[in-house]
Amino acid sequence: MERNIETATAQPPSVPRLPVMPLDLDWVASVQANTSAIERRCATLPGRRSVKKEYQAAWLLKAISLMDLTTLSGDDTQNRVRRLCAKARQPVRADLLAALDMKGLTTGAICVYHDMIETAVDALKGTDIPVAAVSTGFPAGLSPLHLRIAEIRESVAAGAHEIDIVISRRHVLSGNWQALYYEMKAFREACGDAHVKAILATGELGSLRNVARASLVCMMAGADFIKTSTGKESVNATLPVSLVMIRAIREFHERTGYMVGYKPAGGISKAKDALVYLALIKDELGTRWLQPDLFRFGASSLLGDIERQLEHHITGAYSASYRHAMG
Amino acid sequence: MNVKEIFETMDYGPAPESAAEALTWLVDQGSRFGHFINGEFTAPADGFDSKNPATGEVLATLSQATQDDVDTAVAAARTAQPKWEKLGGPGRAKYLYALARLLQKHSRLFAVLETLDNGKPIRESRDIDIPLAQRHFSYHAGMAQLMESELPDAQALGVCGQIIPWNFPLLMLAWKVAPAIAMGNTVVLKPAEYTSLTALLFADICRQAGLPKGVVNILTGDGAVGEMITTAEVDKIAFTGSTSVGKRIRQATAGSGKALTLELGGKSPYIVFDDADLDSAVEGLVDAIWFNQGQVCCAGSRLLVQESIAERFHAKLRARMDKLRIGNPLDKCIDVGAVVDPIQLNTIQGLVAANTAGTTHHAQIPMPKGGCFYPPTLIEGLAPSDTLMQEEIFGPVLVSCTFRTPAEAVELANNTRYGLAATVWSENINLALDIAPKLVAGVVWINGTNMFDAAAGFGGKRESGFGREGGWEGLAAYTKTKVKSKQLNQIAPFSGAGAPTDPLDRTAKLYIGGKQARPDSGYSRNVYGPKGALLGQVGLANRKDVRNAVEAAVGARAWSKTTGHLRAQILYYIAENLSARADEFANRINAMTGKAQGADEVETSIQRLFTAAAWADKYDGQVHGVPLRGVALAMKEPTGTIGILSADEAPLLGFMSAMAPALAMGNRVVIAASDPYPLAATDFYQVLETSDVPAGVVNILTGSHAEMATPLASHLNLDAIWSFSSTDLSADIEAASAGNLKRSWVNNNQAMDWMSDHSKRFLQEAVEIKNIWVPYGE
Repeated sequence: MERNIETATAQPPSVPRLPVMPLDLDWVASVQANTSAIERRCATLPGRRSVKKEYQAAWLLKAISLMDLTTLSGDDTQNRVRRLCAKARQPVRADLLAALDMKGLTTGAICVYHDMIETAVDALKGTDIPVAAVSTGFPAGLSPLHLRIAEIRESVAAGAHEIDIVISRRHVLSGNWQALYYEMKAFREACGDAHVKAILATGELGSLRNVARASLVCMMAGADFIKTSTGKESVNATLPVSLVMIRAIREFHERTGYMVGYKPAGGISKAKDALVYLALIKDELGTRWLQPDLFRFGASSLLGDIERQLEHHITGAYSASYRHAMG
Repeated sequence: MNVKEIFETMDYGPAPESAAEALTWLVDQGSRFGHFINGEFTAPADGFDSKNPATGEVLATLSQATQDDVDTAVAAARTAQPKWEKLGGPGRAKYLYALARLLQKHSRLFAVLETLDNGKPIRESRDIDIPLAQRHFSYHAGMAQLMESELPDAQALGVCGQIIPWNFPLLMLAWKVAPAIAMGNTVVLKPAEYTSLTALLFADICRQAGLPKGVVNILTGDGAVGEMITTAEVDKIAFTGSTSVGKRIRQATAGSGKALTLELGGKSPYIVFDDADLDSAVEGLVDAIWFNQGQVCCAGSRLLVQESIAERFHAKLRARMDKLRIGNPLDKCIDVGAVVDPIQLNTIQGLVAANTAGTTHHAQIPMPKGGCFYPPTLIEGLAPSDTLMQEEIFGPVLVSCTFRTPAEAVELANNTRYGLAATVWSENINLALDIAPKLVAGVVWINGTNMFDAAAGFGGKRESGFGREGGWEGLAAYTKTKVKSKQLNQIAPFSGAGAPTDPLDRTAKLYIGGKQARPDSGYSRNVYGPKGALLGQVGLANRKDVRNAVEAAVGARAWSKTTGHLRAQILYYIAENLSARADEFANRINAMTGKAQGADEVETSIQRLFTAAAWADKYDGQVHGVPLRGVALAMKEPTGTIGILSADEAPLLGFMSAMAPALAMGNRVVIAASDPYPLAATDFYQVLETSDVPAGVVNILTGSHAEMATPLASHLNLDAIWSFSSTDLSADIEAASAGNLKRSWVNNNQAMDWMSDHSKRFLQEAVEIKNIWVPYGE
């Protein structure tokens, strides 16, 4: 979808949407992921990449623009969602943004359950902030397939621009790649023009190799984004899992020419961590991926820490959370 | 750029670490340094500038040590040594621990100073060099603590001269100083002239720790100072640096009785199999060849890729190279810093320019202006015959070649004069663990590279040097066994004019490749008893017989792959057959020597065989506890093919004491029999022939030790040379051994008490320790 941040001087050209492709099982089977080597790369990355001063401020603002501001709680109400949407419109205190000479900064999207889509769409009227809905029996994904597909259709009809689906972990754990492929393909088709993010629930896939294979299968089946977690697993986004998924995206791009997006979700709550993620994306995938059409943070508490860091950058004094508006 | 612009470009900006504190420290020292001798800094004298290679600016002026300085430092170390050793392990441990803590407390100062002086990225000095240096001191504090209980027979060597390179200035200091002083030695250390500053800061730390005066002495200067230390009155030389200088040191110390360890150059293979995690293997290369600008002796500089994935792998590699960041070493956001000195930069440029083979890819990245910078470079499509596949570049230049099969990968990997390190990438545990032992290297990393720890030994084979640093195995380099030494006098053969005691001629030939062979010379000599009776004749082996014997021994390589159990059975069998002829051997020994030791010698020889057989399946390696999810397997491998000049004075026992442990560990040997009393060895041919010893495993030569010493010691296909000869050949042997830097163990004209059991010492010499790092995790 078209984005229109006022500050944007040169929006990169939009990338063509990938089609559904045939399942290539040989490719899937050939995937390797060496856990200890991947962990070493991730452990040394923060020591290799550092952004300071105005660069850090710019990178943190970028992180906000890439954020799917999320509420996925049983006690969500319409007013709670409206509050969050207001925060998405104005994620950073106006005086701070002015000091940085940034205008019109918003978060990347709002992410809610189906029942809150209409509320969110309404609350975000007049902006370009898309509404993403988690779907397909989120978070376990164990409701009947036809109901999961129907849920997608209803969410799209309700105005969701993006659908975050959950895959059936059992297909990965039992090595039934065909089943995973057909499930994903059905979800993609149900989405129509809405973009689909495939949540792999990596914390439940058992191994990094499985994460890599599931990533590939979902991309072959037309996932616009691959996403780590629901936020409800005991282990959510980690750097090693991210490295495996973005290397799969890179490989997919090298072989097919299509660029797929990435969304780590859950567990990223510090500004410092966000910077490491951005560096990882920049180094492993390239700077083009640092745009909201190809990268999102799924996060609820990250924004607060970034706001404090931005105020510190401007004033030189460490900030307090109550100085920033809550969502 | 302002924030808004950076928001669009998402560039990395500068992220410099401050140099202020380190520069202040230099100014506080007057920016001029003397040497650190006997606990004090000497007045700065004439010398040279130490420069920052990234900018060319002068950091400090250092003094060039004179012969007087060297003598004073060695004398200080000599005076301090007995008291330091007597302090005891636990007493020394406190000081080592204090040094470790002080390194930790001043870690950032050390890191910044190191980066200023050497040009390596601050990330490396901060996250790798300095923490590892601390780790070496704290690890060896533990070794000092345990010395008396765990190494009861070990004692300090005395004064150690240590010469270290510029690529890891403080880390190499730690590798050298920590084990030396832990074991009760004192040291005279010379840092490289390009990079002496952290050594001088370390001297300051020694004062802060209250280290007794004279235990650590540091002299600055160029190679001339190194030469002075080499020839000074020290008990040991430890050197890390180039192979050519290592060879010169081997020659210069030959016959001096100084212990020697050399950690030299390399052209380490980096093998990628088709089932590897290719992205991780590419990232591994960043740590292998672009770590410290490739100025790493164990750098994975020779990439060997399986043909089926070569194209894909190289494409990934080039893409990765184009994302490397090169620049100000103090910047916390760069991967590659500055080469240490313009001279080194010239060498790298010259080697790459002279190469016309293959395809060269320089990383397509912005290069800093000025300073000693060289872009990360890949030269692919080379053949082993290309110079750059053989010669060490010592810069950020990777060369590559493809292979078809695992066997060919091993062949290519071992097609080198060096043998320091190797890396293997494969997700197949069967393949990786099959390949690792076949690689000629002191260290093998599986699915990772350049992993170091104080608990795991590091060191090489072939022209990469000998000796290990780190781990239990590294302590051997700084200790000796407590024995009383006694001068060995040359034993001349008896002469006579007597008639043969037995008219039936039984002249033994040489024993080569399991057969008796006539000496190439066509000459024999008479062996007389003490009263002039002619006991027999033996052939006089010459250099061609040495050549043939070595060839036979090298060919018997299957012996090295047999099981310890099998070797034990064969050694027992030899003992059994020797025992059956005990009286005959005893009489022969008595007849040759004119003494009555024969029966004792035979019985003790049988004991040596039993002991070696006992150890054959028990001299186990270790699993080192390195800080990693994984293991470092310290595997004991046979040294290889060993040339041995047997003891003259104990014609059977000296022979057996050397042969039995060598065989037990899987070595093949070329043994020169006792020069004056050779007939026990020639009688032994029949015992070998009846004991199932495969042809070529034991080869026996008779004749003059002086004649055989040089061809054996200089033979480039022998892996070690031992001499227990009563002819004073130690200097000749050690000098000649420099050709391929084979390990040497010579008696320096000191007698060994053969009736005592030295099996442990022999076992130590009969094996190489290879550390195989196996990180794991799913």
